[in-house]
Amino acid sequence: MSLSELANPTRFLSLTTRILPWLAGLTAILLAIGLYQSVQAPDDYQQGATVKIMFIHVPNAWLSMFVWGVMSLASLGTLVWRHPLADVAAKAAAPIGAAFTFLALVTGSLWGRPMWGTYWEWDARLTSVLILFLMYLGLIALWRAVEDPSRAARAAAVLTLVGAINIPIIKFSVDWWNTLHQPASVMKMGGSSLDRAFLIPLLVMAVAFSLLFITLHLAAMRNEILRRRLRALQMLQASKPVALPQ
Amino acid sequence: MTALGALIRRDIRIALRVGGGALIGVLFFLTVVVLMPFALGPDLALLARLGPAILWIGALLASLLTLDRLFTADAEDGSLDLILMSRTPLELACAAKALAHWIAAGVPLIVATPVLGLLLNLDGAATLAVALTLVAGTPALTFTGMIGAALAVTLQRGGLLLAVLVLPLSIPVLIFGVAASNAAVEGQLSFSTPFSILCALSLASLVIGPFAAAASLRHGLD
Repeated sequence: MSLSELANPTRFLSLTTRILPWLAGLTAILLAIGLYQSVQAPDDYQQGATVKIMFIHVPNAWLSMFVWGVMSLASLGTLVWRHPLADVAAKAAAPIGAAFTFLALVTGSLWGRPMWGTYWEWDARLTSVLILFLMYLGLIALWRAVEDPSRAARAAAVLTLVGAINIPIIKFSVDWWNTLHQPASVMKMGGSSLDRAFLIPLLVMAVAFSLLFITLHLAAMRNEILRRRLRALQMLQASKPVALPQ
Repeated sequence: MTALGALIRRDIRIALRVGGGALIGVLFFLTVVVLMPFALGPDLALLARLGPAILWIGALLASLLTLDRLFTADAEDGSLDLILMSRTPLELACAAKALAHWIAAGVPLIVATPVLGLLLNLDGAATLAVALTLVAGTPALTFTGMIGAALAVTLQRGGLLLAVLVLPLSIPVLIFGVAASNAAVEGQLSFSTPFSILCALSLASLVIGPFAAAASLRHGLD
């Protein structure tokens, strides 16, 4: 089923009604496996058991950047190809991405206290992720500020594409600046430097979180389509002439 | 070319007149800088240490305040529709308006910097450094702020949302501007590295700003 066939909202709704329960089940299973593996993973020789926050913190951080990438693609779909569901996808993804970013900041902060001795530090990685969070909130505010969703879509699409510059800055911030946050250890040239005992649960959790995002995103897109239909019906109702009592 | 020149002259003339907003920006800059010692205390050494940062934040907030009027004034009286319908490319028209805004609102901020540096106990070298970084950085503030201003035209009450959208984009300019000023004062790190990055940010925003603003205006007003 190609993207152009999925442009029909009714077909999209019927397709997601069928596949969403399966996606949710698969997500739950993978999350359960990932959490079990995380609990079973050995303690770090230096950090002890607190290293296991990594299995929650890192997938959240990866997804916060991935969601902005998804929104950028959707924004291109809105501006360039005028795909009818592209703006629905972009609007639905914004709060989910903001939630992932917030969780990444909070779990990172909780991990930082035992590991670095501070809840917060103004280094490049933390600051750029905080800016990403502010940009998510600004984007959500822009969506809500315009009454007509399709006009809001174009403004939000431009803002999303302009803000996409922050994603490579976040990724490479630990390499470009002298930061307290540790440098890249999973996705770098020459392979990962993480031990297999930690890498496997991390990758399982990453896949589980990605499936979680897809499930939540599709559900949110369904809600947004229904919300717009409701709005159209309400406007139709409001434009009908009122029958005056005799 | 004459159409763009006329646009620039018109914008500068409107901005400099009463209610135009150019001189209000300088007044706001002065107010913010004067407020800081009330909050921080009169310790001159502390003020001199924080001086470049205070001046940069004041300039950032002042340019943010005047950016609000960049497109909304024209949208209200219908000139924005005329600009959209004219034969000059919308990107060039946006760049011309931003240039006029920088001349009318950004340059007075730079001119006011030596006076305000005196209030903050900055010595001559520090004031010169801050003024130089402002010359390099205020175009970036204007041209990236223009993106937010164009987005805010589609809203009724743009105001605060404009600030929320523009400030994250202005943070790199602020970081490098203050870094360059502090480097010139302390003399341990080089001044030219953050200064060249600041110039690069300004040059990049000269290109990206008009394109993004034109895209917002085109899509937002149809």
